[in-house]
Amino acid sequence: MNKEKLANDGLKESEKHLFCDTRPQPYKSYNKYWEKFLNWARAESLWILGFGTGCGAIELRPLLTARYDISQYGMAPRATPRQSSVFVIGGYASVKTLKRIIRSYEQMQGPKFVVAVCSCSINGGMYWDSYNTINRIDHYIPVDVYITGCMPRPEAIIAGFGDLKKRIKEGRADGHNEYVENLDWYKANQKKIIKDWDMPDYNW
Amino acid sequence: MTIATVLYALISLLIILAWGLLMNGIVRRVVAKVHGRIGPPLWQPFVDIIKNNAKRTAISHGIMFYLGPVFRIAGGIGTFLFIPIIFGSTFFANFSFAGDVLLVMYFIFFGQLGMALGAGEGGHPHSAIGVGRGLAQMTAFEVPFALSIISIAMQYHTLNITEIVAAQQAGIFSWTIFTNPFATIAALIALLGMNMHSPFDIVLAPQEIPIGPPTEFHSFFLGTLQTNRAIFNMAKLVLFMNLFFGGATNFPILMIKTFLIYMISVVVGVSYPRFRTEQSIRFFLGVPTLIGIISVVIFMVK
Repeated sequence: MNKEKLANDGLKESEKHLFCDTRPQPYKSYNKYWEKFLNWARAESLWILGFGTGCGAIELRPLLTARYDISQYGMAPRATPRQSSVFVIGGYASVKTLKRIIRSYEQMQGPKFVVAVCSCSINGGMYWDSYNTINRIDHYIPVDVYITGCMPRPEAIIAGFGDLKKRIKEGRADGHNEYVENLDWYKANQKKIIKDWDMPDYNW
Repeated sequence: MTIATVLYALISLLIILAWGLLMNGIVRRVVAKVHGRIGPPLWQPFVDIIKNNAKRTAISHGIMFYLGPVFRIAGGIGTFLFIPIIFGSTFFANFSFAGDVLLVMYFIFFGQLGMALGAGEGGHPHSAIGVGRGLAQMTAFEVPFALSIISIAMQYHTLNITEIVAAQQAGIFSWTIFTNPFATIAALIALLGMNMHSPFDIVLAPQEIPIGPPTEFHSFFLGTLQTNRAIFNMAKLVLFMNLFFGGATNFPILMIKTFLIYMISVVVGVSYPRFRTEQSIRFFLGVPTLIGIISVVIFMVK
């Protein structure tokens, strides 16, 4: 287990004492049957972070209204990253947005899950050679489920959430541990893209 | 106070918690039907609490941040434990004593003050706005509520909830709602504010300051707050049932009466859009306060 402190090199010397430099640690799972029950509860109560990061986020709105109503599957939008457990990456992420994505993702409490919607988050889509968007979101944060399409219909997104639930119940959705164990690799990728890195290395 | 009293108080707490959460589920379903949606399953509030308590990580912003939810749930349980829930039952009278109405009124305030300090340490601007609005609104609806309690105390010559319930046992027309309608109306309007459904949901205010004071609370902090919300809500409904609707002699009657009292808030909530902050506060200090004063004057003249 890597216990060394984070460098927080992006911060000014006068600001370093304001931020936490503790390295996040992976967690161990509980007893097998207890864990299975908790995973069921996690899957049946998915709170989505209300942060639309690209054009695909427009497809989330119909999900909340009368026609598709995802509340019947135990899902609800949540306005704060602290309380939500699913982050929906809605399509392309520009460099500016990526910084906010990382900050929001790190503020979410584990276990947390990421669903990437649209082609742009998989391989860049029609923005693959754009100067200010990234191509593959899973170089920067771990992704549990991809939903292809430009854009996917709300039905496809509901089906994607169904797959996410299956993964969680099987205990395979462990993005938090993956991110924390490979933190240095993810941070190197993120810093390659984000030139104005003026935040701590992990946004507690 | 014996061990048996404490044990029965715990049992009643668990029953009330389960019924409070289930009622929460029913209400979410009812509201969804009004919107034309299907709505979450009835057991959704239980699953949400399990999930929040099962979160693996939690961070703290300081000591008050820890104590905020603790004060809140202490306020909720404290309110509940001093209200006799089943009339005539020696087991489910909780810790009722002479003058408990005053203590219960104090406890309703207590949790929110603790929460205000905890949410303040979270440091999120929405928390501070929510706390400011919450305390202002609470001060406003406390006026008609307190006037109505004074009127009831003058009517029954007691501050003991058990004696107030005992005075209402001679059939449906001996309930306070028929013997003292002005106090009942003033208090029920105050209840609309306490339950924080629309049009008085200026504290949590979705679309405006989403989530409000608990913005920074997560994991087991939020689980504690959700548990408290069910207990506290039920405590208020049982208090209103005891004061105005003749109390309950067994659990099925308690469930039916509390459900119907809660439905008043829900029906008003789905029918009206949200007030602005100053509208809400002015509303409570206007007509409801006047009705409260009338209810007191009637018993002063008598």
